[in-house]
Amino acid sequence: MNEFIKNEYERLVKYYESAGGNTKALLSKDYASMVINGNKVLAKNSTKEIIIEAEKIEDGVYAHIRIKKGYKSKNPVHLCFGMLPREGRQYIRTEIFAEEESEVKFIAHCIFPNAVKVEHIMDSNVKVGKGAKVEYEEVHFHGKEGGVKVIPKTRAIVGEGGMYNSTFVIKSGRAGFVDIDYEVRLGEYAKSMLLTKIYATGNDLIKANESVILEGAHSSGVIKTRMALRDKAKSEVIGKTIGLGAYSRGHVDCTEIIMDDAEAIASPVVMANNPKAKVTHEAAIGSVDKKQLLTLMARGLTEEEAIDVIVGGLLK
Amino acid sequence: MMLKIENLRIVREGKEILKNVNFEIAPQEIHLVLGINGSGKTTLAQAIMGIYPCEGKILFEGEDITHLSVWERARKGITLAFQEPARFEGLSVKDYLMVSAKNKSLNRLEEVIKMVGLPRNILFQEVGDNLSGGERKRVELASVLLMEPKLAILDEPDSGIDMLSCKLISEVIERMKSMGTSVMLITHSEDMINIADRATILCAGKVVASGERDEIKRLFKYSPCPLKR
Repeated sequence: MNEFIKNEYERLVKYYESAGGNTKALLSKDYASMVINGNKVLAKNSTKEIIIEAEKIEDGVYAHIRIKKGYKSKNPVHLCFGMLPREGRQYIRTEIFAEEESEVKFIAHCIFPNAVKVEHIMDSNVKVGKGAKVEYEEVHFHGKEGGVKVIPKTRAIVGEGGMYNSTFVIKSGRAGFVDIDYEVRLGEYAKSMLLTKIYATGNDLIKANESVILEGAHSSGVIKTRMALRDKAKSEVIGKTIGLGAYSRGHVDCTEIIMDDAEAIASPVVMANNPKAKVTHEAAIGSVDKKQLLTLMARGLTEEEAIDVIVGGLLK
Repeated sequence: MMLKIENLRIVREGKEILKNVNFEIAPQEIHLVLGINGSGKTTLAQAIMGIYPCEGKILFEGEDITHLSVWERARKGITLAFQEPARFEGLSVKDYLMVSAKNKSLNRLEEVIKMVGLPRNILFQEVGDNLSGGERKRVELASVLLMEPKLAILDEPDSGIDMLSCKLISEVIERMKSMGTSVMLITHSEDMINIADRATILCAGKVVASGERDEIKRLFKYSPCPLKR
């Protein structure tokens, strides 16, 4: 590692640690991990059973992650994607392949503390083999400016009896512009849960288009969205579940709290072409629940403090 | 007096809900409010907490609090447990209790949870639909206990609760009293009625009688609401 890359790596790792990342794991040879700053792979570590390959491509980085057949990882794979400069574009194309009966959890920290005009584009293909389980947790740490565009796209195919769960959370800072595009196709008895939690303020704009396609018999999927919007923030959420397989079960659940001049549109879409499939939805947009508010105020919290507790719970 | 209410009048959506209500609660007194459905008990409880604007005067420890907000009244030492407690998505029972407990230790939370007859592990569950109605009621009571208020307003803490738990809740309320808290208690349960010191009957938004518990209890049995709205 040359001095410049080392310096960049150390700065990013410092942010990673302050964002709650497990630095020990990131630096340990026992954990599979990868650190990317901008379009530069600063570090990566494979283990015997989790192989990470990464290379620079014309407009960004391409990474391939393979979890070997039957390997059930006790340690999560730690990913750190960041961009420390105020401006720039990060493009990461990943392919994840969890082979048959393997199990793995990814914890991805996405760090953009100084963003004024930053684009973070993730383009992922995930293949979950028969009986394999993949959890992908993406936690974002943004700066106060809201100058970040986050554009994550995932196409996941889950084999028979497999599982793919994904969580997207913005833990701190302004959300900025977020445009989520996820689609998961489930085989027989496969399962999936897509969870998104975002707190948007200022003039943040959040778009989320998430689909679970229940192709296999007895497959099941849930799309759960929780958002809180303040000021002039806007959201457009589409949660789609399509029941194709017999006895497949799908549910879309969206709750959004809006305050001030914020606006929210939630469109749960349920479709089925198999009479034995069942797909359901619920969506609620509204101000902070009055009874929750009054209960907390009757314990001595001001209205603002009570809202913080309620929103904090919803997005926890 | 801990609480003195003078000529309290509440009009909601053009309808007069409370009409010149006057009554008092003494320090460390359990004061029962009786009344048939729709008599104005819950409105009275919520008006004391500051949820509804009203005419008249509410004096707390001699201070006029009529124009104070809900949280300002809470910080003076008044709290209210709703008849139907709120659910909080994502908030654990522990997080919820910490709102009232302020800087109290986890040990204290555990003590109070035990006191209201709940298992320790409930602290780590969400205050949501996963809890039964009875459990939510008891979590609410634990929250009131941890706040150590000067005046606790309990709106039907017994509704949806089995007989055995009802007895336990009565004991908790008596313990509150022994700790120096005055309690305004709205209930229909015979067991709970018997822990009260004094009582008031509300009928069609008016106080029709106020006095010693047994005398008011007899009166209520004989004629629960002699007035028409």
